[in-house]
Amino acid sequence: MAILVDSNSRVITQGITGSAGAFHTRMSHAYSPIFVGGVTPGKGGQWFDGLPIFNTVAEARRITAANVSMIFVPPPFAADAIMEAADAGIELIVCITEGIPANDMVKAWRYLQGKNCRLIGPNCPGIITPGAAKIGIMPGHIHKPGRIGVVSKSGTLTYEAVGQLTAAGLGQSTCIGIGGDPVIGTNHTDALKLFNDDPDTDAVIMIGEIGGNAEQDACAWAKHNMTKPVVGFIAGATAPPGRRMGHAGAIISGGQGGAEDKYRAMEDAGVHVVRSPAEMGSKMVEVLKAEGLL
Amino acid sequence: MKLHEYQAKELLRRHGVPVPPGSAAHSVDDAVAAAEALGGDFWVVKAQVHAGGRGKGRFKEVAAQADLEAVLAGAAEVPGKGGVQLCRSIDDVRAAAELMLGNTLVTKQTGIDGVVVKTVLVTTGADIETELYVSVLLDRSNSRLVLMASTEGGTEIEEVAAENPSAIKKVWADPITGLGSWQCMQMAYELGLDQKKTTRQAAKLFKGIYDTYLATDATLVEINPMVISSTGDVVALDAKVTIDDNAMFRQKEIASWYDESEDDPAEVEAAKAHLSFIKLDGTIGCMVNGAGLAMSTMDIIKHYGGEPANFLDVGGGAKKEQIVSALNIITKDPAVNCILVNIFGGIMRCDIIAEGVIAAVAETGLEVPLVVRLAGTNAELGKQILAESGLAIIPADTLADAAEKAVAAAQGK
Repeated sequence: MAILVDSNSRVITQGITGSAGAFHTRMSHAYSPIFVGGVTPGKGGQWFDGLPIFNTVAEARRITAANVSMIFVPPPFAADAIMEAADAGIELIVCITEGIPANDMVKAWRYLQGKNCRLIGPNCPGIITPGAAKIGIMPGHIHKPGRIGVVSKSGTLTYEAVGQLTAAGLGQSTCIGIGGDPVIGTNHTDALKLFNDDPDTDAVIMIGEIGGNAEQDACAWAKHNMTKPVVGFIAGATAPPGRRMGHAGAIISGGQGGAEDKYRAMEDAGVHVVRSPAEMGSKMVEVLKAEGLL
Repeated sequence: MKLHEYQAKELLRRHGVPVPPGSAAHSVDDAVAAAEALGGDFWVVKAQVHAGGRGKGRFKEVAAQADLEAVLAGAAEVPGKGGVQLCRSIDDVRAAAELMLGNTLVTKQTGIDGVVVKTVLVTTGADIETELYVSVLLDRSNSRLVLMASTEGGTEIEEVAAENPSAIKKVWADPITGLGSWQCMQMAYELGLDQKKTTRQAAKLFKGIYDTYLATDATLVEINPMVISSTGDVVALDAKVTIDDNAMFRQKEIASWYDESEDDPAEVEAAKAHLSFIKLDGTIGCMVNGAGLAMSTMDIIKHYGGEPANFLDVGGGAKKEQIVSALNIITKDPAVNCILVNIFGGIMRCDIIAEGVIAAVAETGLEVPLVVRLAGTNAELGKQILAESGLAIIPADTLADAAEKAVAAAQGK
């Protein structure tokens, strides 16, 4: 059943009546009719395309039994929205919002500790189990159901990887965009663990980028625990130090977070590294053949 | 957003951090007046630029080319006067301000172009017994703020981390309780500050920089050096503060301090058009949607033997006008001899991109080869629009194909 989301997920959108929230709820619901409502304070009792709108997440959860929330709340209020979802008992929180102050996320991250919930994002494209559940802003039509997991900090670069897989005839079990901010919920290690335990995933594409040490941590875990093949790419080998490359977290600072360190960690962990982002799909085909999986 | 030292010190002062008395001056007369108002017989004049290495930097207008090159190479001793000067008389203050204001400071961080100094900070000279390093920043490995300090003040923390990592002490703040007073005291004792007055003052300074970090939505507050005087008093001698760009909506006063003259003009123009743009040294201009794909496009250009001229992310929902602005900014760079447009349409539709490209070419003319790769939402329609436009656009199907064609075009093949 892939990981985290499937056709049984029950999803609400926080910020359902904003322009981005409305547009992407429509697109996602059209792809996978798993949305059961939305939240916009002050608009409770109204309807959005046949979905009930609630004033609070707690009320939405009580009435719809939602277990997943997709957040499109604007940056100044988004961390609060994450905490509201966690407090209401939502199990999977997918925060798409880009531009949340890091200090707000430090608090929200701490608030989630010890609670029975998982955060994906923020500043991410969301999560999709092709053919079953699309919760986010990714174009559904480039995906194809299958057995390759994809985890990435980036949006369009994930689409690039998916496009290459689909073109090579390889479908995807689940694709997770974990986000490019310095403080995120689910990280590379979490995603690798989930894919490793998933009987419907044969192999994983792991895409990292400059900034932080999350890729190294994931590789340290994978070296001794990952039983499935991983193909890896790191974006930003040509990025200059000290500059923030679009994503809030994509910065080489104090000699830390450069692409070469991450590539070395991948190689040390037995990840099948590609240095060209055009070769993620073809490398996966090669690896699957070598492993007798294709 | 980076702040100048005098701005950083003002924020720190408001949160109870002791800083040497001083004031910013924009003219030589103001600098002299500031020194006279401070009184005493020992002052320091400091050039206010964002780049580090000011003291060892030299001024382009007066230094020999060989000396500037030595600065860039990180030489320890270079003849002449730099961007931080100790002054023992008012005449010295005047001379220092005259050398700095309006002249171009080259440090090992600025590159050979240097930065024009528009402001100097005039402060009283300090009595220095011991120098320490202290900072607050986000520890991404556990999503908490960390107070980090070392007894090796005056040295860059990266060097200490590489050569003597055990000299760096850290304590982490729980976001729910904040940085505890006991943690500040603990840090002071770990640094060996066991004189009662000094321990207390240091702990207060640690709490002050943590408070500054939170109140100003900083991403870094660094005091290097934090100084202990011969009488055991603690003061923040130099300060570096950067602010989270994502928090500018609630840091209006700090946002008003933004000094665009410190940034590359093309980057300033791009920011106004809501584009994420960073100037690089190569020849292939890039326009891409999404930060990860934009970095990857730079990487693959290099992989095929070319050099990217920039990083440019047009964002997820760019309109035709932004595409036009993006291509305008890229074509203004005289080093650009080929442009690569790489779009993987998700929210963004490729037909909109195609129309934007045609509009931009109509507006600016096109003097260099333009390679366009469209994939994802409405890619076929976008390709058709470009093909029917009659423009000399080089179409590409895949990322590799696009990079190969762009590199070949840039090399005149």
